[in-house]
Amino acid sequence: MLELFRNPKNLGRMDDANATATAGSLACGDMIAIYLKIDEKTQVIEKAQFESYGCAANIAAASLLTEMVKGKPLEEAWKISWVDISEELGGLPPIKYHCGVLAVGALRRAIRAYFKNREKPDWLPEGPTPEEKHALEEEKLMEMLARRYKIQVGKRG
Amino acid sequence: MPSDMLRDVKELIKAHGTPEREVYLDGENSGMVFPEALRAMVNAYRGLRFAHPSITHRAGWESYEALYEATETIAGFIGAEAGEITYTHSGTEANNLAIIGAALANKSGRRKIVVSSIEHLSVIFPAESLRKVGYKLVEVPVDREGFVEEEAFSNAIDRDVFLVSVAAVNHEIGTVQDLKGLVEIARDKNPDIIFHTDAVDALGRVKFDVRDLDVDMATLSSHKCYGPKGAGALYIRDGVKVEPILHGQLSTQRLWPGVENVPAIIGFAKAVELLDRNFDAYVARMRRLRDMLIEGIMSSVEHVILNGPRGARRAPDNVNVSFLFCEGEAITVELSLKGIYVSSGSACTSRVLEPSHVLLALGRLYEEAHGSILMKVSPMHSEDDIRYVLRHVPEAISRIRSISPIKGEVG
Repeated sequence: MLELFRNPKNLGRMDDANATATAGSLACGDMIAIYLKIDEKTQVIEKAQFESYGCAANIAAASLLTEMVKGKPLEEAWKISWVDISEELGGLPPIKYHCGVLAVGALRRAIRAYFKNREKPDWLPEGPTPEEKHALEEEKLMEMLARRYKIQVGKRG
Repeated sequence: MPSDMLRDVKELIKAHGTPEREVYLDGENSGMVFPEALRAMVNAYRGLRFAHPSITHRAGWESYEALYEATETIAGFIGAEAGEITYTHSGTEANNLAIIGAALANKSGRRKIVVSSIEHLSVIFPAESLRKVGYKLVEVPVDREGFVEEEAFSNAIDRDVFLVSVAAVNHEIGTVQDLKGLVEIARDKNPDIIFHTDAVDALGRVKFDVRDLDVDMATLSSHKCYGPKGAGALYIRDGVKVEPILHGQLSTQRLWPGVENVPAIIGFAKAVELLDRNFDAYVARMRRLRDMLIEGIMSSVEHVILNGPRGARRAPDNVNVSFLFCEGEAITVELSLKGIYVSSGSACTSRVLEPSHVLLALGRLYEEAHGSILMKVSPMHSEDDIRYVLRHVPEAISRIRSISPIKGEVG
């Protein structure tokens, strides 16, 4: 994990991406952006890159995920769960589970974004998966906390 | 701890490697110890002064004598009498004893507790816990530098207040409160209140005298003033009523059962003795290192905010800065690779996924709190240490920023 933090793979914005998404927010202190270049014919992920505003585990999780999905058909990439990420990283401690969840949430959002104006395949579920729900919940939790502390995110209090 | 976690941490340390130099600046979470204080503690163990100080044999009497001498040193440093000191094993325990213990002894009908919004959690949490038994907790706001807002404070003190707790120096942002002024306001509005102060971060940083400040209780901690870990103390002014919150076999003190950690207390007293003797020199040294660190960071890194006040109104050891567009925990890991050990007010490091309540109380944005780094210099640090840190900080911040999707778009 420390090695992936030190030398992350697939880091940076991608100019020719045809699917991008973010999960988390500045307020959460955890935010992952995923960029995918998908082959239009085969629907295989050619390239995957990320950017992360987050802790070391967050950076490692996003780096690993982009490495795992490269060369995979979208259907297979969709099936990667946060448990897979945690196992590949050699087991995340419970406090860091959400880092893996957030990375998967961002990936699935990117895949959904790709199919927004394209024909949806059968394997793509209608409702949000647990990882997508979690990303939403984390974003909502921060809004709630912001209200509790009477702070507006992105604006001076 | 499960064995796979031990394996993981072993692998982590191995992957981390040994840095060329180590500069420990995490005095907030666990303090460095003066070599003389450590030696005093080790010598106490060697000389049988770990013995139970209330057992009738020579080793016990010698332990008692050493304990009493240490107490005179510690009490003397804060202007108290030895009989007004109760030892605990940490500052957290002493804060709990002060708040819960005073509530247990509270025979008046008054049920309001007033604290500042930036108190240590070992003050806020016990005070909150008393809500369950009918107490009301009022958190008084602070200004953007962490100073208690006097008007709000004065308004909060009414006839129903029984206890007030405001730290002399804030643990995260180093704000040196006008404690004497706050005590005067409080006593003026309600002469019956008990005034407690968490003085853990004041000791050795600012002049602290319980009689001059007119406080009723004060919390002290050994490791926060360069003594060994495992010793805390609560000053309780003679006549102030406090009941024990732990029960068991008593030794020399009524309010904290169990055996006193005599060797640690001897080390604590040695640290206090050094702080007393070298007070002006240590403060001047820390202030020089503090300002070197603050100015060095602010001039070499863009988009940095200093949290807390400047100059004499800031504790001489405290440096707290927010690096915008950076997540603090990632910074702590990055700096660790260079042997620089610091902590962050980021949600990730707090273990509760909420950023520092102190920084939020100042009106800092979430992203400002997440990117905060806390460093504490000590009399044991050198200018070379600070130069080493300054050499590595800009590079570390620029690498963490290069990973982030947010690049100067906010702020």
